[in-house]
Amino acid sequence: MRPQIHPIPSGTRDVLPDEMRELRDITEAVRAVFELDGYGEVWTPALEYEQVLGRGGGAPPAYRVFDDHGEVLALRTDMTVPIARLVATRYPTAEPPLKFCYFAHAYRGVRPHRGQMREFLQAGIELVGAPAPQGTAEALTVLCHALDAVGLRDYRIGLGDASLYRTLLRSLGVPPEAAEGLMDALVARDFVALEGELGRLGLTDADAELLLRVPQVRGGPEVLSGADGPVADAVAGLRGVYELLAAEVAERVIFDLGLIRKMGYYTGAVFDVYDPALGAPLGGGGRYDDLLGRFGRPLPAVGFALTIDRLHIALTGEEREGEAVTGLLSDGHGEARVAGR
Amino acid sequence: MSPTNGLTIAVPRGALLSETLDRLDAIGVDTSEVRSNDRKLLFADIGVVTMRPSDVPTYVEAGAADVGITGKDVLTEQPERDVYELMDLGYGACRMVLATVDGPDPSVEALRRLGVMRVATKYHKTAAAFFERTGRQAEIVEVKGSVELAPLTGLVEAIVDLTATGTTLRENNLVIREELFVSTARLIANPVAHKLKAAAIDAMLEKLRAA
Repeated sequence: MRPQIHPIPSGTRDVLPDEMRELRDITEAVRAVFELDGYGEVWTPALEYEQVLGRGGGAPPAYRVFDDHGEVLALRTDMTVPIARLVATRYPTAEPPLKFCYFAHAYRGVRPHRGQMREFLQAGIELVGAPAPQGTAEALTVLCHALDAVGLRDYRIGLGDASLYRTLLRSLGVPPEAAEGLMDALVARDFVALEGELGRLGLTDADAELLLRVPQVRGGPEVLSGADGPVADAVAGLRGVYELLAAEVAERVIFDLGLIRKMGYYTGAVFDVYDPALGAPLGGGGRYDDLLGRFGRPLPAVGFALTIDRLHIALTGEEREGEAVTGLLSDGHGEARVAGR
Repeated sequence: MSPTNGLTIAVPRGALLSETLDRLDAIGVDTSEVRSNDRKLLFADIGVVTMRPSDVPTYVEAGAADVGITGKDVLTEQPERDVYELMDLGYGACRMVLATVDGPDPSVEALRRLGVMRVATKYHKTAAAFFERTGRQAEIVEVKGSVELAPLTGLVEAIVDLTATGTTLRENNLVIREELFVSTARLIANPVAHKLKAAAIDAMLEKLRAA
């Protein structure tokens, strides 16, 4: 008999037991870290009122439906906005800090490819009521604990500041309408366009050079100590975070003065997780000190989300690399393979 | 260490190849094997992989290559690719243009009387974005082969295509009506490699600027 094939929507997929066991190993390891560090797990509905999600300013929803009263519902695009809603609604008077974690699917209208589906599972925390720099340092510490528990060896954390470039533009007297063009080029990661925009503004050569160079600066703590003038002021927040990090967290950090995250709600420190085994970030997060206020409970907050599929891909990639190195020792022909990477 | 410090570079075959190899030679990469062998695709010793220009963003976005060189026309047509655009290399200059047959502009006539102009192109996203930006209704007809044929046969009123010298357009009795942008070769990088191999990428940029 011919099997009947029933399609599933683009950007979604089934997970079968062999893969599920491996994914489960990852989520259980991460969950143990979150619980140990005092983050209580929550569920929120996958469907929310579109109007409520819109208040948060996250990624625009890709899937919408009408309910039986004609209200527009949308599938959440992340967990940060729903948890901001939850804190304001369910914990209107609770004494901060409030610590939550989640393991939940989110939905976005992306071009589906490996590690980037339209329905994807995220693991993350939200630390509410803990201001910078202490709260940021705590979130980075939990992040490293989680990645260590998963078994990743080679990950790095890119650390930047969402307000850095705007601060710099303001201190150099760049008018707000010109700043938008520069920010667009930066978000598009197009340094050629950035250089072109800067050339049109009639800045002094030194200022234009500074505004082109700074967002391309990335490296160790020398990046912060080497900064002077308006840049030194702009990186003051990052220096404050760095001073609070334990050595095993600090050694994972790459400062990235051009780091921009696409969500509109970030206000201060932002970070991305990188692994050499994958060409895209495993996850990331940052501070969103204004978000809770939009829901009526003004509290500073920080959080991060990791995409479970990407942790899994990076983990299998690191394992393969480990085998290649072992192969080098056993057969003597592995050198070209490893060096060729 | 090799001159590129272990970076894998995606190099475009076709019109950009020869000048790309000249630049790589100038920064100390020995490209003689690439020049002498146009069947081989992977040159592990010098960290070079060769491919069609339109495939370069695919390899770089996925991290299969750390950096790559391709035309701005390719990047404009693939705006969703998550790559860093680091440098305008300046060579391979050509223009993306809107062209029609010589004489009275048939696309203006079509817009006025029928409300829509039909446009043949290999760059359908670039063309669609251009007409949206300029507030004109256009039906984009995607063709794979010689675009110049489409307006001559009455398939479309206009074409959007890349031209370096304009010779092919002239030979087919086509004239340039508008210029969308000038395209040159660009250096792009994978976002993760841009952080984890920052020193190697910055060193390569510096050498390219000096070369």
